[in-house]
Amino acid sequence: MAINFERALGIHPNALILREKRGELLAANLANADTPDYKARDLDFKSVLAQKMASQSGLKTSHQGHLASPTTLLGADVKYRNPNQASLDGNTVEEHIEQAKYAENAVQYQASLRFIEGKFSGLMTALRGE
Amino acid sequence: MSALHIFDIAGSGMKAQNLRLNLVASNIANANSVSSSLGQVYKSRQPVFAAELNNLLDKNKAAGVDVLGVVESQAPPVMEYAPNHPMADELGYIYKPNVNTVEEMANMMSASRAYENSVEVLNTAKNLMLQTLKMGQ
Repeated sequence: MAINFERALGIHPNALILREKRGELLAANLANADTPDYKARDLDFKSVLAQKMASQSGLKTSHQGHLASPTTLLGADVKYRNPNQASLDGNTVEEHIEQAKYAENAVQYQASLRFIEGKFSGLMTALRGE
Repeated sequence: MSALHIFDIAGSGMKAQNLRLNLVASNIANANSVSSSLGQVYKSRQPVFAAELNNLLDKNKAAGVDVLGVVESQAPPVMEYAPNHPMADELGYIYKPNVNTVEEMANMMSASRAYENSVEVLNTAKNLMLQTLKMGQ
């Protein structure tokens, strides 16, 4: 029986791609901190997840503890952030918030990486049969 | 690899802030450059930033910073009556640039902070990419 990598790695490769995409958006927010009329953007996981779970596309979820199938997560929506205090030039980037989110995202990216590494080392152990 | 897009974005931010710092330096350096006519006097220069339009149209894409150009401030230059000044015109006036040094200093701090921000973003992204490359080793 061949090893199915997709099944072995689970949701984590997709999560990694999403984190990367989110990192890009947050980097763009920080880079545009001084651009007039720029609106800060971010990915909204929660609503997409809820929406996909409700529509029952892909794998069926019959329990609130079930996760949506991995591929549906990739269609995550980009939304505009609601600023706490918008500046006069129409820019809605709040640097401290973006920095915090960027750091959070970096840690989550590393977590996804660790998960994948764990999966790989598990596979290696299984292959060696030691 | 699309991950390198972060480097482009942070790079565009650094480029823009670098230009802004250059202009601040130019403005402060010329703050006392006296001229004998309204047309020749140095005018404060400011960059115009905009988000990269191509990437902004596709709402799922992250947009870097674009520098649309540099504009000269329209504020009137400072006229000073100094008939003994060698640069004075026939009425005895000299013209000083419309550079506000306090404003420029604040501008400089803002630009250097934003630059540092971009460098941090770049470093973090670089570390993440290096870790990704080392995956499975």
